[in-house]
Amino acid sequence: MNNVRNKKRANKSLPFFFKDEFKVSFIIVFISIILLISTFSFDIVPPILNRGIQPATFPKALLILIISLTLIIYYLSIKNPWKMGKKLPKTFFLTLLSFLIFVIISKALDFFLAISVLSIFVSYNWGERRIFYLLLVSIIFPILVFIFFETILGLRFPPGIITNLYYY
Amino acid sequence: MLTPLFSSKLLIVLFFGTLFGLILGVLPGLGPTTGGALILPFTMTLDPLSAIVLLTSIYCAGTYGGAITAVLINTPGTPAAAATCLDGYPLAQKGEAGRALGMATVSSTVGGIFSVIILVFFAPLLAKLAYEFGQPEYFALAIFGLTMLSSIGEGSPIKNLIAGAFGILISTIGKDFMTSIDRFTYGINELSVGIGFIPVVVGLFAISEMLTQSTLLDQVFKRVALKAVKLPTKDDYKKTWKTILRSSGIGSFIGVLPAEGGTVASLIGYSEAKRFSKNPEEFGKGSIEGIAGAEAANNAATGGAMVPTLALGIPGSATTAVILTGLIIHGVRPGPDLFREQPDFLYGIFGAMLIANVLFFIFGFFGAKVFARITLVPNKILWPMIFAVSVCGTYSLSQSIIDVWIMLFFGVLGFFMRRFGFSVVPVIIGLILGELVEGTLRQSLVIFDGNWLMFLTRPIALTFFILSLIALAFPLLRSKKQKK
Repeated sequence: MNNVRNKKRANKSLPFFFKDEFKVSFIIVFISIILLISTFSFDIVPPILNRGIQPATFPKALLILIISLTLIIYYLSIKNPWKMGKKLPKTFFLTLLSFLIFVIISKALDFFLAISVLSIFVSYNWGERRIFYLLLVSIIFPILVFIFFETILGLRFPPGIITNLYYY
Repeated sequence: MLTPLFSSKLLIVLFFGTLFGLILGVLPGLGPTTGGALILPFTMTLDPLSAIVLLTSIYCAGTYGGAITAVLINTPGTPAAAATCLDGYPLAQKGEAGRALGMATVSSTVGGIFSVIILVFFAPLLAKLAYEFGQPEYFALAIFGLTMLSSIGEGSPIKNLIAGAFGILISTIGKDFMTSIDRFTYGINELSVGIGFIPVVVGLFAISEMLTQSTLLDQVFKRVALKAVKLPTKDDYKKTWKTILRSSGIGSFIGVLPAEGGTVASLIGYSEAKRFSKNPEEFGKGSIEGIAGAEAANNAATGGAMVPTLALGIPGSATTAVILTGLIIHGVRPGPDLFREQPDFLYGIFGAMLIANVLFFIFGFFGAKVFARITLVPNKILWPMIFAVSVCGTYSLSQSIIDVWIMLFFGVLGFFMRRFGFSVVPVIIGLILGELVEGTLRQSLVIFDGNWLMFLTRPIALTFFILSLIALAFPLLRSKKQKK
């Protein structure tokens, strides 16, 4: 209880634009407004084809609802601040970075190479140093997964420098 | 009821589904929802009944499996087992881990079987009632389902509503199903077919959990030693039979309502067990009634949640949303017609749930010690493997790399949603109900010639709207009462 109270107090002492409540509400409202603006560019259907409401009406209503509810949670958070989460550790950011590396490698080089690189990167950064286990997660397991999906599910994976060796 | 299951193939599926469900339930961070979503692509090799039997057995066993880690390492394997930690772990620390797990196993099995009986009787009744439903009634029902998320879901009701609305918004991405107008596609061809359910579920559950685990690497689990699971004594039964029955009823009822199913059911089951107990002071210190109350309720929610899923096509929980997707992928349309046209299929599901409850009792009783050892697999090995399966599973459904990127996007989003107190379950429910909400609204407006007030002339729809208002007002009334 004391910890929660201390965290709340710590959160209260920050200027409003540094508080989680403001940052989260601002991001939600900002993105919702951009999406709301984009709904005005949706094609308008002539009345003869229009069934009930225009295609843009429903998303518009949802976005207005999201903005309104977000303003309410922000208003409520002034009286009752949110708990502040713990600072995110380095491993979190490295894991996030590994996702980015995965996207780049899977697009530019090879889907399975990307899985292997991510697996070894994550496993190593999370503290694994034993060579066998690093090989297990980065090579042996992805190969088993590949064989399973390829033979049992009959799946064809996207072409890439390693996948092509198997297919051609 | 069991006749459709008398095939060796189905029994093998049931056996492995229960086993796999238990393993998923035991592993903190995974669970029946993530597991179901990951296994969904594999079900494409099975016939529809086997596929749904696999998913439902994972659901039943996974819900129970969470209790094993809750008792032995004070970490709920699934969110539904959170209330089990409160008394399970203290009792285990007193050297009675076997007794705690025995009670968890028995009460889970009784709760699960009780809820299957409710499912068998109530699902056909609800399906019959659904014949009276037209588009306006389905719209009102879907709105009621979404508002229930705010009132009995976990966390802030308003945040739950935002998450639900966001889920519906995701369902509007792609070509409008009535006019074929592109919405939120921004010229990306792959988005014109909309966003698939699996990338969102796997992202929000598995990938966001991977990110969460990356922040918990310094966490050390203290495992309590377990010699063997012990069946409850006569004295334990005397103390708990009323609690088990009450929690089974509560769990089944909560399960029927679209919400976070087992999680909420176990918390209510636990608090009601404490309220009716002759020894409420023992709760939190290793009360056997506390374990029975929480476990009977969370497993009873499984059958309850299947009632609206099968009868109306409206999921009662996140896992039943995955099962519903499984049904749709396999060409089975849930709803009243399913009860009329494919009774054998339904009896197969009912029977599978019944057998899964018996099977996890056997597995849990004899194998809890082995399953508990699964938690020893280090996260640094387990999660990269889960990532590989998640990526391939997500890719396999429509063989689209865009789906994999969508999964990663929702993984990151899900992590931050959870960090700031937004539950991800309403997003899933919103996504699956989105098309129903919009479609029925627009069709109703066609029927009503654009007159919104005509909704109020339909008694069933009006009833659901009134219930929705009550559901929205409920959290306000509850917080006022708590302040008093």
